[in-house]
Amino acid sequence: MPFQQQIFALFISVLVFVVVVDLVRRRRLREEYSVLWLATSVIMFVLVIRYEWLVRLTNWIGAGLPTTTLFLFSIIFLLMLCVQFCIKLSKLSDQIKNLAQENALMRSEINHTTNKGVNLSTDQG
Amino acid sequence: MRRVRELYPEHTVVVIDDGSRDETAHVAQTAGAKVISHSFNMGYGVAIQTGYKYALRHGYDALVQLDGDGQHDPVFIQKLLEPIGAGEADFVVGSRFLGLENYTPSLVRRAGMVFFRRIVSLLIGQRITDSTSGFQAFNRQVIRYFTTEVFPCDYPDADMLLALHRAGYQIREVPARMYASATGKSMHRGWKPFYYLFKMLLSISVTLLREKQI
Repeated sequence: MPFQQQIFALFISVLVFVVVVDLVRRRRLREEYSVLWLATSVIMFVLVIRYEWLVRLTNWIGAGLPTTTLFLFSIIFLLMLCVQFCIKLSKLSDQIKNLAQENALMRSEINHTTNKGVNLSTDQG
Repeated sequence: MRRVRELYPEHTVVVIDDGSRDETAHVAQTAGAKVISHSFNMGYGVAIQTGYKYALRHGYDALVQLDGDGQHDPVFIQKLLEPIGAGEADFVVGSRFLGLENYTPSLVRRAGMVFFRRIVSLLIGQRITDSTSGFQAFNRQVIRYFTTEVFPCDYPDADMLLALHRAGYQIREVPARMYASATGKSMHRGWKPFYYLFKMLLSISVTLLREKQI
């Protein structure tokens, strides 16, 4: 791997790591989502330092070039992220549904009680 | 709605307004129904589940569900409630294909209905003629069961029957008359039938894969 490429890759992986940790620190990103990102940056860092591991991995999965391996894994990473989001989305829509139902039921309850109150007061008046 | 009030003055009528912007809620309220309004539109399945939650909270013994578009003839409410009152069934479906033929759906719809009722009948081991009917009545146990997360909120029908059967509830069909929807709009139009077909097959399969839940 050319020196320039190596420096660039290291820079990117360190940047990703720092940004993610900072986002978690400022509570902009929840810890549960940071795991995948941090893991990716660490793996990238290790593979740049130990380039022979990347080559061995490439041979092991039968890819032609180390770059193919990197692309392949970045796509897998993105897919995993998408699945994680979908799971979260399903859960959130379910929670929103329950909240909205609860809200509708409570509102009808409140309307009912206030209407009763109004009726009572008009009866008395 | 008004007909329900006329025919069954002793029953409570609850109308679920699924985020409609017209006068639905007001009209229903004036006609003497209890109206529960969703803040925004969430679909048929969610709306009927809100009704179940209401029924559970207020401790009703049984519930009859009708679609709001005048498709279901309220005259049959009594027929649907009879087996439940007698303790012969937990869940009663009003079927449009048991004698009282009054409704002819389009060819595609009919094919879909036949397809799913075959599957459901086979899996349940009981003849089901109308697996897509929304005209249903059920007792408190089923109400409780449906308010949990097992209830399939988009298009609950064939898979729901299967889930009910696997949970050990007695299902019964009774003849009921149905009219074409007053608004003329079906839930199933455009690309929806394809999604419906896919969703239902998937849902049926995963229901079979799931552990039995009671």
